[in-house]
Amino acid sequence: MIELKGLTKVFDTGKARLTAVDHVDLTVPAGEIFGIIGYSGAGKSTLIRLLNGLEKPSEGSVEINGQNITAISGPKLRKARQKVSMIFQHFNLLWSRTVRENIEFPLEIAGVGKEERRKRSAELIELVGLEGRESAYPAQLSGGQKQRVGIARALANDPEVLLCDEATSALDPQTTDAILELLVDINKRLGLTIVLITHEMHVIRKICHRVAVMEGGRVVELGEVLHVFQHPKETITKRFVAQVTETEDSAETVRHLREQYPEGQLVKLIFVGDQAEQPILTQLIREYTVEVNIVHGNISHTQRGAYGTLILQLKGPADEISKALAFLGAHDVQTEVMGDA
Amino acid sequence: MLETLFPNVDWADMWEATLETIYMTAMSTFFTFVIGLVLGIVLFLTAPNQLWANKIVNWLTGAFVNIFRSIPFIILIILLIPFTKFLIGSIRGPNAALPALIIGAAPFYARMVLIALKEIDKGVIEAARSMGATTWTIIRKVLLPESKPALISGITVTAIALVGYTAMAGIIGAGGLGTLAFLDGFQRSREDVTLMATIAILIIVFVVQFIGDFLTGKADKR
Repeated sequence: MIELKGLTKVFDTGKARLTAVDHVDLTVPAGEIFGIIGYSGAGKSTLIRLLNGLEKPSEGSVEINGQNITAISGPKLRKARQKVSMIFQHFNLLWSRTVRENIEFPLEIAGVGKEERRKRSAELIELVGLEGRESAYPAQLSGGQKQRVGIARALANDPEVLLCDEATSALDPQTTDAILELLVDINKRLGLTIVLITHEMHVIRKICHRVAVMEGGRVVELGEVLHVFQHPKETITKRFVAQVTETEDSAETVRHLREQYPEGQLVKLIFVGDQAEQPILTQLIREYTVEVNIVHGNISHTQRGAYGTLILQLKGPADEISKALAFLGAHDVQTEVMGDA
Repeated sequence: MLETLFPNVDWADMWEATLETIYMTAMSTFFTFVIGLVLGIVLFLTAPNQLWANKIVNWLTGAFVNIFRSIPFIILIILLIPFTKFLIGSIRGPNAALPALIIGAAPFYARMVLIALKEIDKGVIEAARSMGATTWTIIRKVLLPESKPALISGITVTAIALVGYTAMAGIIGAGGLGTLAFLDGFQRSREDVTLMATIAILIIVFVVQFIGDFLTGKADKR
């Protein structure tokens, strides 16, 4: 479990004082994938570096599995860091070492014997799917493969926590998804707690259980990913959510849709969790004399269920339409009438 | 044929002078490498925001390096005569040239080491820290291996400069090809001796360059 209490980091550059992290309180239970999202300059990079003592806080404390990271230094801190490992946006591999030697590096630091290192690196190479590339140098690998080496290296000393510093920001969308799947797999298989920072809502949606939104060094919103997607409160959160569900929300789109479908009523349905997987529409069509036309749809899968929106054109008698809407309401589907034609 | 082209060259002397030059170059390159490396690492690690950030040590090392790098070599030899006398017991012969050669070249190489270390991605050092590496481990397993090609090409350039320095030291009696070219060639107006000494020096330089390039290429895995 990770516990941050009143964590503050002020950078004093002589001329100006910059508060990068401002009284952050967070608790991340063991085994969770916790995401921190924010634009650059929001303080998330500093925050993640406070978690393994790469930065010293100005105030507050970081406790990981009962150990106060902020109070220790020297050999104790170095020992603790072996259990809180980190992967990076630019991978930060040693180019002078092969894949295997890179993965063995943290084991050398931990003083593991040569034979044991060989054994462990072979296991890790298999875990991240890099068989056959053991003797390649980083320069010969693709971005995705480099990050796999980064992940294997981070797992070498059986850490309890994995910190991901924009780990997929330098990768293309397809590779990003493959790396995210690997992280979920590791989280499930090894029970590892993962804290990741990103500016991409896609990453949060895809793998995180909970998310904290950071702005100006503070956590401005915090909650279950599904919940935050459904009810974003802060403007900044709404902007992040719009990154992945953008299409149907703008006024422009609504006007355009209404021009295209002048008849009947346009209704936006919001499905959350289980409802997204139930045949609610089938029932609706069977029981009410309304004509249903699907205009636009979008379902996003998060770690704890699906989140989807569907825009329907409903045609038929007014009372049937309102009954149909009541039916949807009764099944916990949020509806939003987008205007009569 | 060699006798007609180089009538005045005493081949045994030439060979001995060549060996002396190689000896001076090799010894001074070795010590320059060690001392320059240490100075370069200290300069790098004591710079602001680095692992051993220390203004005073950084300033002192920087001042030492800058001063000795700026003194023309021929003047440095003369300046160091008392020091050499104290250390070696004589100011003649190949060994007497070594203190000046090393003190002249090590600061030069230290600068190259600093440049090489600055080229290392800061993220890699951060990664090593995040794994719990000590500074010593970072020096041994990150800084040195990651900058190896630049360190080797830097010592190659320095070694070639040192071949030139040994010739200058030769003028004031250090021995080697410089002495031969000056005393036998110039002062006795035997141009063929000077020319042969030049050829010998060029061969040494080419061999050093070739070995340096080969090792640099081998070390570079980027």
